[in-house]
Amino acid sequence: MEPLSNKRKLLEVKPLNFWERAYLPAIAQGLSITMKHFFKKDVTIRYPEQKREFSENFRGLHSLKRDEQGRERCTACGLCALSCPAEAITMTAGERQKGEENLYREEKYAAVYEINMLRCIFCGLCEEACPKEAIYLDGDIVPTDFTRKDFIYGKDKLVEPPLNQ
Amino acid sequence: MELSDLLIKLVLVLIIFAISLVVAMYSTYAERKVAAFLQDRVGPNRAGPFGILQPLADGAKMFMKEEIIPTRASGFLFVVGPSLAIMTACIGSAVIPWGPQMQIGSRVIDLQVTDINVGILYIFGVVSLGVYGIMIGGWASNNKYSLLGAIRAASQSISYEISMGLSIIALLMLTGTLSLKEIAEQQHGWHWNVLYQPLGFLIFMVCAFAETNRSPFDLPECETELVGGYHTEYSSMKLGFYLFAEYINMFVSSAVMATLYWGGYNYPGMDWVAAHAGPTIAPIIGVIVLFAKIFGFIFFFMWIRWTIPRFRYDQLMHLGWKTLIPLAIANIVLTGVIATLIKNFA
Repeated sequence: MEPLSNKRKLLEVKPLNFWERAYLPAIAQGLSITMKHFFKKDVTIRYPEQKREFSENFRGLHSLKRDEQGRERCTACGLCALSCPAEAITMTAGERQKGEENLYREEKYAAVYEINMLRCIFCGLCEEACPKEAIYLDGDIVPTDFTRKDFIYGKDKLVEPPLNQ
Repeated sequence: MELSDLLIKLVLVLIIFAISLVVAMYSTYAERKVAAFLQDRVGPNRAGPFGILQPLADGAKMFMKEEIIPTRASGFLFVVGPSLAIMTACIGSAVIPWGPQMQIGSRVIDLQVTDINVGILYIFGVVSLGVYGIMIGGWASNNKYSLLGAIRAASQSISYEISMGLSIIALLMLTGTLSLKEIAEQQHGWHWNVLYQPLGFLIFMVCAFAETNRSPFDLPECETELVGGYHTEYSSMKLGFYLFAEYINMFVSSAVMATLYWGGYNYPGMDWVAAHAGPTIAPIIGVIVLFAKIFGFIFFFMWIRWTIPRFRYDQLMHLGWKTLIPLAIANIVLTGVIATLIKNFA
C-alpha cells in the first residue's frame, strides 16, 4: 500500500551493544539526571500556609451582594434557579414589611436562599442570569465538611456581611 | 576476662544496637526526603521542624495498628518470620570494627564488639540467615503472593551470594585474613582496598543491593506484581519489623562495604591527626569518618532506588549467573596473576 505521507520511518531493532548490555553507563547517566534534580528547587506549594493564586476569572463560592446602602440586592426573581443547569439553587420569596427598607432593596426579597454546593458545578450561569447583580461567584474554594446536609449553604453563609461591621 | 571488660563490651553492644536502630529509623525519613528531593518535591515536613519527628510518628502508627494474623496462616511461623528477620539484621554489626583502639585513662578499648578471626564468614552466615525470615514469613502467610515473594527472595539470595563470595575471595587473596579488624588495619591511611579491587567492589556492591532486597533487585516485595510480596499479609509492628530489618540490613551492608573496600575508619592524614589529637580523640574522629562513609553508601542505596527501575526476573537471574559469576571468577584469576607477577618481579 502506498503510504499516505512520506514521513513513515522504518525502525529496525538493533541488538544492544556491549556498553548497553553492561547497564553501567546507562545507570551512571540516570544517576546524573536524578542528581541534577536533587539540587533543583521544589515546585511544591505548601498548601495551608501558602495558596496558589487564582486566575482573575476564577469562579468560587457564591456571595449574595448588597447595594451601596447595605441592602440585599436579591429580589427572589428565580432566574438564577432557572438558569442553573445543576438545579442547585432553591429559594422562597418573602414580602418586605414596613420598617425593613434598610434591609432589602426591593419589595420582594429572598426569605430563604439555598445553594447545594455538592450539586453546583460553578459554571457561573447564575451570575450571568441575575438582573440585579445580586450573585457573584467571587469567593474561595468550598471548604470540606462531613455530612451532605452541611453542604447546603443558606443565607447565613452566602450573604455578604453588612457594610459597616 | 574481668568484670570491667565485660561491662565495657556490654555498653558497646548497647551503643551499637541503639545506633543501628536510630540509623535505621532515620533511614526511613532520609529515604522519603531523598526521594522527594530527587523528584523536585518537599517530602515529610509536618511532624516537627523539617519533619524530623516523622519516624516517631510512623512508629507510633505502626504500634497502634490492628494486628491481623490470617486464620489460615501458620500462627507460630507467622510470628517467627519477622522476628528472625530483625534479629539477623541486628546481630550482623557485631564484628564490624567501628574505630581504632581508643585509650581512656590507662584503659585501651577496642571499638569492636568481638574480633573473631572469621569475621567475614560470620557476616556471610548472618546475611544468608536473613533470607529465612522472609521465606518463613512468606510461607506462613498461606498466600500465593507471599509465597511467590518468598521463593523469589530465596532464589535471588542464593544466586547473588555466590558472586558475592567469589568477589570476596579476590579481596582475601590480597589481605590474607578473614578478620575484619585486620582488614581494616591493613588499609591504613589511603591504602583502601577499592583501589586494588575496583571490579571486586563493583560486584560486591551489586550483590549487596540484591542481598538487602533493595531496588533494582526488590523483586521479593515488588508491588506491581506481587501486591506486597512476602509481607502482603503482615500488619502492625510485624510489618514494621520487616521494613525495619531492610533498613538495618542496609546500614550493616554499608558498614561492611565501607570496612572491606573503602578503608573503614581510615582516612588520609590519620597519622598526623593521631599525633596531634591524642589517643582518645583520634579514634572518635575515625568513627566519624566511618559513619560518613556509611551514610554515603546509604545515600547511594537510596539514590539508586529512585533512579533505576526494577529488573525483570529473568534479567535478574541472567545478571547473577551469566554476568556476575564469570566476572567474579575472572577477577580472582586477574588478581592472582597480578599479585604473583608483582611478588616475583618487583
